[in-house]
Amino acid sequence: MEGSKEKFEQLRALIESHKDQPGALMPVLQGAQGIFGCVSEDVQKFIADGLGVTLSEVYGVATFYSQFSLHPKGEYLISVCLGTACYVKGSQSILDKLSEVLHIPVGGTTPDGRFTLEATRCLGACGLAPVMMINGEVYGRLTPDQVPGIIAKYQPASEAQA
Amino acid sequence: MDIYRAHVLVCGGTGCSSSGSAMLIDRFNEKIAENGLDREVKVIRTGCFGLCEAGPVVIVYPDGTFYSRVKVENVDEIVTEHLLKGRKVEHLVYTDHATHEQNANKALEDINFYKHQHRIALRNCGVIDPENIDEYLAMDGYRALEKALTKMTREEVIDEILKSGLRGRGGGGFPTGLKWKFTYNSQADQKYVACNADEGDPGAFMDRSILEGDPHAIIEAMAIAGYAIGASEGYIYVRAEYPIAVKRLNIAIAQAREYGLLGKNIFETGFDFDLFVRLGAGAFVCGEETALMHSIEGGRGEPTTRPPFPAVKGLFGKPTMLNNVETYANVAQIILHGAEWYASMGTEKSKGTKVFALGGKINNTGLVEVPMGTTLRTIIYEVGGGCPNGKKFKAVQTGGPSGGCLPESLLDTPVDYDNLIQAGSMMGSGGMIVMDEDNCMVDIARFYLDFIVDESCGKCTPCRVGTKRMLEILNRIVKGQGKEGDIEKLEELAQTIKSTALCGLGQTAPNPVLSTLHFFRDEYEAHIREKRCPAHHCQALLQYFITDKCRGCTACARVCPAGAITGEVKKQHKIDPEKCLKCGACMEKCRFGAIIKT
Repeated sequence: MEGSKEKFEQLRALIESHKDQPGALMPVLQGAQGIFGCVSEDVQKFIADGLGVTLSEVYGVATFYSQFSLHPKGEYLISVCLGTACYVKGSQSILDKLSEVLHIPVGGTTPDGRFTLEATRCLGACGLAPVMMINGEVYGRLTPDQVPGIIAKYQPASEAQA
Repeated sequence: MDIYRAHVLVCGGTGCSSSGSAMLIDRFNEKIAENGLDREVKVIRTGCFGLCEAGPVVIVYPDGTFYSRVKVENVDEIVTEHLLKGRKVEHLVYTDHATHEQNANKALEDINFYKHQHRIALRNCGVIDPENIDEYLAMDGYRALEKALTKMTREEVIDEILKSGLRGRGGGGFPTGLKWKFTYNSQADQKYVACNADEGDPGAFMDRSILEGDPHAIIEAMAIAGYAIGASEGYIYVRAEYPIAVKRLNIAIAQAREYGLLGKNIFETGFDFDLFVRLGAGAFVCGEETALMHSIEGGRGEPTTRPPFPAVKGLFGKPTMLNNVETYANVAQIILHGAEWYASMGTEKSKGTKVFALGGKINNTGLVEVPMGTTLRTIIYEVGGGCPNGKKFKAVQTGGPSGGCLPESLLDTPVDYDNLIQAGSMMGSGGMIVMDEDNCMVDIARFYLDFIVDESCGKCTPCRVGTKRMLEILNRIVKGQGKEGDIEKLEELAQTIKSTALCGLGQTAPNPVLSTLHFFRDEYEAHIREKRCPAHHCQALLQYFITDKCRGCTACARVCPAGAITGEVKKQHKIDPEKCLKCGACMEKCRFGAIIKT
C-alpha cells in the first residue's frame, strides 16, 4: 500500500512515546485509528509487538469500543444523532432518508467509498435537534427533505448535475 | 490590562459552534477593526450561555443586550448600529417563544429562562473566556485552592464538603464528602483522584458545557480533592466525542502548570499535584466507575463487582476517588463560601443546585441550573416555556436510560434525588427530555432498550440476554404483533434483570419500560389488543385516508412509491390499504391537508 510505510513509521513513533505510560493501549489505538482511518489486523499486530502485549488483548480492546473500526470507512462519515432529544424530534426519519438516498444500510459504506452512514449517540447539540454530522460539520434542525440537497454538496460536481 | 468600553460575548459552546458562532467571531473582529473600534470593543468567545434554542447567541456588554440566532450577515448591522452609534438592533433581540415577548431593555436575569436559575456549577459558563486563565482568576479562580492549602487541614476540607450535603451529580447521589473520607482513610503509597467526564446519557450535556465553558473549575476542584485525600495525581476521563471540551481542558491544564497551580510545591505548601486527560472511545458502560477505571488502565471497559470499592482498590490497584464533572464544579464555591451557604439551598436531603439539560419537545432547549426542590412544572413551563406548537405535554423523561417517564400528574413534584426515585424515575445526570402527544411511550421504551442492548458490555447474562429479550418483545409490540401476556413477560424479565445484573447499567436498564408500563399502560394495551398506536407514531399501526378535502391534484398518487393511490384528476383520490407502505410521503406532499392518519 502506498504511503503505508510512512504511516507505520508514525505509528512506531507513537508507540515509543506512550510505551512507558500506564494504560498506553487506548491512546495508541486512538492514535492508530487517526493515522490509518481504521485498525486493521496488521495495525493491531504491530501495536501488540510494539507494546509487548498479546494480539488478543489488542483485538479485545479494539472491538469493545465503538470508536475503533476494523475496516476502512468512507471519505465522508455521516453520523446521525439518535440521542433521545434528537430521536423524539424525528431523527429516525433523517436516518431513513439518508439510507434511501445513498442506497446503503445504516453502518454501510457506498461502493465508491465516498460515504459511510452511521447512527450515533448524543452529540450534545440537543438545542439543534435533530442533528447530523458529516466529517465534523454539524447540520441541525433538519427535516428529511433537506437531506438530498446536503448530500449533493459532497458529490463530485459532474455527478451532482447528473 | 487594556480597558475596553464594550465587550461582545459570543457563545462558543457546542450548540452555538454547530450553528456557526466561530464565523461570527471572525466577522465581528473584522468589522470592528474596519470601523476603528478595535481598541474600544473586545470580542470574547465564551462557554455555553445555556439557551441553545436561541443560538448562536451574542451578548453585548455593558448594557447586556441579548441577541439570538445571529447570522454572519447580521454582524455588520450590530457593529455599525449598536457598537458605533449606540442603537440596539431591535429586530435581532431575543424573543421569548413562550410569551412572544421581545424587549431590548430587559436584563438577562429577568428573562423567563434565566429568572428561576441560580448558577453555581455554571457560574462562569458564558461569562469568561475559557481559554484564558486570567479571566478565571479574576472570577475568584484558584482562591479556594489557596484557602484549602494554606488555611485548612485536609480533615477540615473533607468536613466542609461533608457538611455542605453535596451529593454525586453523576446520578447515584452518593454523599460526596463520604466518598472523600473513605479514600482519605485508605492507606497507600499512591492514591488517585479521577473525574468522570464520560457523559453518555443521551440528551444530557451539562458536563460538556462545564468543561467547555469553565475547565479551570474542574482542575481547581480536583487539586483540592487531591490535597484532601492525599493524592498527587489525577485523571480526567472524557468522551472522545467532545473535541472542544478536550481541547479546552488541555489548554487549561497547560496554563495551570505554567502558573504553578499544577505541578510541584503548589502555593509553596509542599503539595504536588498533576492532571492527565484520557479519552473514552464510545462505550456507555464506561460511565460506571469500575469500568471507567479499567478503560483508563487501557483495557476493555467492563465493570467488576464491588467490593472492593475504588476508595480501597481502584485505578492501577490504588485507592481512587472518582467524582463527576458537575460535582467537582461545586467544590471550589463550597470551600470559598462555606458549607452552610451551600446547604441553605435545596431540600432536606438534596442540597444546593442541579443542572438540567432540557431537550425534546420544549420551547427553550438548553441548560438550566435551579435550586434542588424546584418543581418539574416550574422547570418545564416557566424556564422551559412548555411544549412548542401548542401541542399537549405527555411526559418528561429524567435520568436517561436508567430513569423513567413521568406524566402530567406528577409535574408538581419538587425535584430532588429521593422524590424522583419515589416517583418511579431518577435524577441520573440531569437530562430532561420532554415528550408531547405525538410521542409513543411504547416506542420510547423501545428506544431506550435498543440503546441498552447496544451498549451492554456483555459480561453478565441478565443484562446481555435479558435486555435483548425485552427489546424483541417491544419490537413486536410496536409492529402490531404484540400478544396477550407480553406485558407480564416484560415485567418479569425487568424484575429479574434489576435484581441480578452486575452493575448499575444493567440494574437500572429496565426502568424506562417499568415506568412507562406504570404510567402509560393503556398505550401498551392499545398496541397489543387493538393494534392501534394512540400517538399515531408507530408506522406499522397507522392507516392513511384521503378526506373530501382532496382536490384531485394527483400529487399524492405521483409521489406514492407503492402505487397505492388511485383516482381521476380533479376527483377525490383513494388509498389502497393493502398496497400502502405507510411511508407518509403522500401526507407530506398534500397541499390541502386532505390526507390524515389514524
